[in-house]
Amino acid sequence: MIQQELKKLVVYAFFLAVLLIPMLGFKSTTFEPGRAFKTLGVFLAILVLNIIVKAIRSRKKEDVQTPKKPWVESIAERIDRYPKIYTIGGLLAVAAVFPLFADNYMIDVGITCLIYVCLGLGLNIVVGLCGLLDLGYIAFYAVGAYTYSLLNLTFGLSFWSALPIGIVLGMMAGCIIGYPTLKMRGDYLAIVTLGFGEIVRLVLNNWDSLTAGPNGLFGMKRPALYYPSFGEDGFAWATYYLKSLPSLYYFILIIAILTIIGVRRLDNSRIGRAWIAIREDEVAAELSGVPTTWIKLLAYALGAAFASVAGAFFAAKLSYTNPNFFLFMESCIVLCIVVLGGVGSIPGIVVAAFVLIAAPEVFRGLENYRMLAFGGIMTTMMIIKPEGLIPATRSRRELHEDLAPKPKE
Amino acid sequence: MVKAQAILELTDIHTYYGNIHALKGVSCSISKGEIACLIGANGAGKSTTLMTIFGVQPATQGEILFKGTPIQKLRPEKVAALGVSQTPEGRQIFPRMSTFENLEMGAFLRKDKAEVQQDLDWVFSLFPRLKDRMKQLGGTLSGGEQQMLAIGRALMSRPELLLLDEPSLGLAPKLVEKIFETILEINKSGVTIFLVEQNAHMALTVSGTGYVMETGRIVLSDKASALLANEQVQKAYLGE
Repeated sequence: MIQQELKKLVVYAFFLAVLLIPMLGFKSTTFEPGRAFKTLGVFLAILVLNIIVKAIRSRKKEDVQTPKKPWVESIAERIDRYPKIYTIGGLLAVAAVFPLFADNYMIDVGITCLIYVCLGLGLNIVVGLCGLLDLGYIAFYAVGAYTYSLLNLTFGLSFWSALPIGIVLGMMAGCIIGYPTLKMRGDYLAIVTLGFGEIVRLVLNNWDSLTAGPNGLFGMKRPALYYPSFGEDGFAWATYYLKSLPSLYYFILIIAILTIIGVRRLDNSRIGRAWIAIREDEVAAELSGVPTTWIKLLAYALGAAFASVAGAFFAAKLSYTNPNFFLFMESCIVLCIVVLGGVGSIPGIVVAAFVLIAAPEVFRGLENYRMLAFGGIMTTMMIIKPEGLIPATRSRRELHEDLAPKPKE
Repeated sequence: MVKAQAILELTDIHTYYGNIHALKGVSCSISKGEIACLIGANGAGKSTTLMTIFGVQPATQGEILFKGTPIQKLRPEKVAALGVSQTPEGRQIFPRMSTFENLEMGAFLRKDKAEVQQDLDWVFSLFPRLKDRMKQLGGTLSGGEQQMLAIGRALMSRPELLLLDEPSLGLAPKLVEKIFETILEINKSGVTIFLVEQNAHMALTVSGTGYVMETGRIVLSDKASALLANEQVQKAYLGE
């Protein structure tokens, strides 16, 4: 029995390895032992991964007989036992003291993670709550970044005065993609949004006179804080530019917290319920008197607004932006964050953003296998916990039927 | 027909799905407080008629009067706000919302919380089963319970006119009887009901007025009792 299983796994792994060899780059003229070992490594990694997944799955079968809670949930339950304010306070304290103990590299990774938290939560409105699959979400991030860059470089507008304009333009871009796709669903919508994302990137890439094309824009001012100072000339406003990494970290931390609060409030509002109703059944929502046209446009617009804020911060932080920051791959990563974290779940998305952005950094030591480890984590996660790291209460009930209350027939 | 009493009046309604001419001049009139039914075969345009009244699939030509105001150009949410409510065909409830949340969605447009609570109690008195299933997800309910939930949700907007799209679809005969009993009870409380059904016998038994639809046109309209006795109807829809 076990031998048979093992044989099957070896065959699978071999098959996958053959498929993967071309991706590692294979030189046909010379034989390099190093490369050969690398392919062997891939083969072994797949084999091990398979065995692990198999082992976990077979253990799960036993669980049916003696119901045991998955470890993630038991941890969640343990956390739930404390009052919520302690958990949140603890997390905030950790986030606040993090820059004191971390080096610049870690703080930089932390900033990137927080940017993706904002993006993930914004996309969560469109994908998680309203159920509209958006593959071009990064376009709105680009709109935010370029709006701030251009306004700052040409008109000298500060970060704070450019931000509202960026939000409005982002929302308008959201409506531009939202309006023609109102009647579309699923795959068709995904293709249209994907195309839209690429259009935005290509326009930025080719509109030389405005965006400086692939060279990108640089020299934008960092976000500034203003505080009153009393010098010799009396009262005046002094400007403090957020140049150091820790100060930028605290800044994006505040933006992320505001985003979390905003999305949470939207989630629990009347509009949030209307979004969920549209996701569940659009016709039924329409018959219940939900103005579907406006509510869907609002989902696009608000999702885009959050991305726009993150984009403006991103451009301000780097003082540089170019179209290659907004590749399709980025949209994919944001979507992965939403799916991995648990569609519709705010804490899940926050955790997933850290996992997905930090994981490739952690595995940097593995060099070539870095992306393999990344893919492995994603695959394993989706097999073991398809509803995400911290599922929203709704989907947890849906995907694990054993936890749902059964109808008494 | 006495015009003053008509709560809903359709005059020469034409509806298209792209190039398909689904409704070819439908006219009918429903008076206040009655149960009217629309029977016909698959694809005759029954559901389209309801969708057109509600504005989901707007009419390209013709006039729809609800209590004397033209509503053919209004969006669904505006029609709902006027006091029309509809259950979608095939028990489309929100599967991942609890029974309670489903009913709450029915009252989406209302702001009078105290009265919403009253209506909730009323729905629970009509369908006691729903009260037991309050926290259960809509998708896990049985077929009959889902139909009850769909009707209950439609009632939560406190409608004057209730459009029911095939409430008997896919239900056991005993449950169908129960649903129709409840429909009569709802009607007694003053809600006008426009019923679309394939189960012609059941529909005509409870209704006052009946309409027979064939390929986008109303071919017969009479008192329901007269239609039950009509030879043509008996042959085509009652299987006698």
